[in-house]
Amino acid sequence: MDDQILKQTPLHALHLSLGARMVPFAGYDMPVQYPAGVLKEHLHTRAAAGLFDVSHMGQVIVRAKTGTYEDAALALESLVPVDILGLKPGRQRYGFFTGENGGILDDLMITNRGDHLFVVVNASCKEADIAHMRARLAGCDVSLLEDRALLALQGPRAEGVLAALWPDVTDMKFMDVRDALLHDAPCIVSRSGYSGEDGFEISVPADQAEQIAKALLEDPHCMPIGLGARDSLRLEAGLCLYGNDIDTTTSPVEAGLEWAIRKARRPGGARAGGYPGAARIEEDLEKGPVRRRVGLKPEGKAPVRAHAGLFAEDSPESPIGEITSGTFGPSTEGPVAMGYVPASLAEPGTRVFAEVRGKYLPLVVTALPFITPTYKR
Amino acid sequence: MLKFTAEHEWLKLDGDVATVGITAHAAEQLGDLVFVELPEVGAELAKDGNAATVESVKAASDVYCPLDGEVTEINQAIVDDPSLVNSDPQGAGWFFRLKLKNASDADALLDEAAYKELIA
Repeated sequence: MDDQILKQTPLHALHLSLGARMVPFAGYDMPVQYPAGVLKEHLHTRAAAGLFDVSHMGQVIVRAKTGTYEDAALALESLVPVDILGLKPGRQRYGFFTGENGGILDDLMITNRGDHLFVVVNASCKEADIAHMRARLAGCDVSLLEDRALLALQGPRAEGVLAALWPDVTDMKFMDVRDALLHDAPCIVSRSGYSGEDGFEISVPADQAEQIAKALLEDPHCMPIGLGARDSLRLEAGLCLYGNDIDTTTSPVEAGLEWAIRKARRPGGARAGGYPGAARIEEDLEKGPVRRRVGLKPEGKAPVRAHAGLFAEDSPESPIGEITSGTFGPSTEGPVAMGYVPASLAEPGTRVFAEVRGKYLPLVVTALPFITPTYKR
Repeated sequence: MLKFTAEHEWLKLDGDVATVGITAHAAEQLGDLVFVELPEVGAELAKDGNAATVESVKAASDVYCPLDGEVTEINQAIVDDPSLVNSDPQGAGWFFRLKLKNASDADALLDEAAYKELIA
């Protein structure tokens, strides 16, 4: 893998010109931080506005051969336990592809674009996701948009920054998706993101991405933000990173994502089941899962990182699970983490221990998110 | 006398006592520090053994002991405010003082010119 040639996003030259430190991520050469550094980038996003390049993610169109939204929605519902048929035009929902054992193959955003679906999937899973959809959605055409970049603009000033290019943005609510012309480029704007802040994800033509990014960065409130701060922002917001907090071994219910499975897809609902692993997931919904993803706040100052072992007592004899994400939260001004613990220990206030450099550090199970989100509902 | 290691520590020698910290180059590479763990006073440390841990938002990194010796003093100020290491790495951001087992061991470390060449 070391000598693999890294792919570049349409904003690669811009990252270099802004002085980014680049790292390999999901096969792409990506900015982990800019000269301001992770701490300041994180705090700036929560205080003003941050611009992220998320062009490595997969932007995919799913279109039924019949040409109707309903057929595309019903087809995707066979792979995703989400009410996609009930999604209104211009609205999006969070969901996940499930495996036969009820684990999560990837998480994704799904948009009703009138006569087709627009989905955004994780960079590291996009080839597998597309192959999975092409194999299982016989009545649909599935195409990866290779000629588009994806920008995320996040933070309390995001609306103002984007309004300078497109005044209509102020009419949008959380999870709305609209067409927009930014500098005459046809874009798809959604009011969403992965930082816990109000903000937008903007799909733009690749050849106009740099021009649009530069125009957004001209606003003094807007600063470029790397993957480092993207990770600490999403962790404070209690959002899962695929491959860390959720994967093929975690069921959506264990992961605390059952809110995404609406009534229509649950037992007794109009379109219950009918997706891979439904039996396992329905069992978790009914009986409650044996383990749960929880927020964990270390009592001390030391960050507790991913893969640290979790214990019921401050000794190695009582293993109960593992930390899946952990860092220092710049906004919480202390360490924050997430991990899986047995359901009996998942109640907020429960004290558990993590092994860090041979010591057993106390952590308290804490309700997620760690910060108060500012989504514009 | 100021000495350096290839692991980006500096040592200020005063007789057989060395004040130890991380270099400005190391501090810049690590980014804003948010946590520092120091050895205990009285700890006997071996050359190249783990002496301290520093953490940024992104990751934890080890600080190695540059020479054999006993810790005689630690800088509690950087535990209370890790940003001191970034703002003044070769001054107020020092880590600990070490009573060297053999003061002459320091002769083999890098001088400032050699260290600058290393990071150039």
